[in-house]
Amino acid sequence: MNKVIPDLAQAIADIQDGATIMIGGFGLCGIPENLLQAVCDKGVKNLTVISNNAGTEDFGVGLLLRHQQVKKMIASYVGENRTFEELVRNGKLQIELSPQGTLVERIRAGGAGIGGFYTPTGYGTIAAENKETRTWNGRHYVLELPLRAQFALVKAWRGDPLGNLVYRATARNFNPVMATAADVTIAEVEELVEVGNLNPDHVHTSGIYVQRILQGLHYEKRFQSARPTDEV
Amino acid sequence: MRKYKREFIARRAAREIRDGSYVNLGLGIPVLAGRFIPDGVDAVLISESGIQGFGTLPPKHKGDPDLINAAKEPVALTSGASLFSSLDAYTIIRGGHLDLCILGGLEVDERGNLANWMLPGRMVNGMGGAMDLACGAKRVVVAMEHTTPAKKPKILKNCTLPLTGLNVVHRIITELAVIDVTTQGLLLREIASEVSVDQVCRDTEADLKVDKDLKIIQV
Repeated sequence: MNKVIPDLAQAIADIQDGATIMIGGFGLCGIPENLLQAVCDKGVKNLTVISNNAGTEDFGVGLLLRHQQVKKMIASYVGENRTFEELVRNGKLQIELSPQGTLVERIRAGGAGIGGFYTPTGYGTIAAENKETRTWNGRHYVLELPLRAQFALVKAWRGDPLGNLVYRATARNFNPVMATAADVTIAEVEELVEVGNLNPDHVHTSGIYVQRILQGLHYEKRFQSARPTDEV
Repeated sequence: MRKYKREFIARRAAREIRDGSYVNLGLGIPVLAGRFIPDGVDAVLISESGIQGFGTLPPKHKGDPDLINAAKEPVALTSGASLFSSLDAYTIIRGGHLDLCILGGLEVDERGNLANWMLPGRMVNGMGGAMDLACGAKRVVVAMEHTTPAKKPKILKNCTLPLTGLNVVHRIITELAVIDVTTQGLLLREIASEVSVDQVCRDTEADLKVDKDLKIIQV
């Protein structure tokens, strides 16, 4: 088995207008930089993007927003991107907000064949509007539904041709769960190693979840926030 | 002046952190509290970005872009740290494993309802992890300035802004007071040395009961 597709354009060739795509990352940390650029270059439009954040004006998911390729975003936090704000204000972008823990659990449910789940998060807030609620043992819960996508674009540190992935530090974030919840998961890695060179005990995402893998050409790894100053 | 006020709140909030506890600090004043954890208190900070055990970077260290906190700032791991995915981070947060979460606040009311994620007229940025943290931690302390920049009370009979969580707050810490949310309403437990109970009540819309054992805030 060999899932390596070295050419970026080829790896995303079947992503069409109107596709639903999950994109890994927490802010700009652990985003699939190369695949994002390829989707941007391809110019597909009317995408539904499921991603924790919206990137910045000129990097990350922000690239797709800036080129008006996105019709709808499902996210938990979209601050720090003025383009996003403008698009929403002008009615050019729909936004569905999920609390972060609910977002990640909805993706897990999508990947794990769960039809829905009850969470206490957001009970009594606008996050629970128009949603079924239940009470067990005096605690209130909100029904949340799973999320799936046609494509998941994920980024790992190392991977092999079977699609086994190892992440690094907080660049792991949403990547492993998203890898489970799409029809086609495309992984980009900093280092593609030969089969047998990953310690099986250290693999975070098993190859069964990954359909395509490639080694990224270049990683910029921008900081979204500077290190905090030492003064209060 | 504002800087002094924020530092004072952060120093008092830091005294909520108990030895042996797992703690999450929200953005703003709560993160500052991380710098004032009292000597001898061995607590572990948890970040929803996927870390158990982190602290500030050594001076002049520029950081690793793969290792950030919830504010997306580079941080350093402490000895014995562990790293995990967002899924595990929210199993910790929502699953009741956190001993303490210190959050910022826009409004808190008599029943411990919290509003801290959305201001009217402003762009909606999203709640991020605030709703999960507010309802999932064993203890929720709100560290915030006592009034708005326009000097309006933030401790109210009923929150007016969109809520983050219902009946979630245990304690409120401001530059004027430490107030507990009890089944009988809000209880004034501590007061800043230079202010009177009347002054605190004037700046608070909610009714306050005064603890028989009212103390001066120590930082």
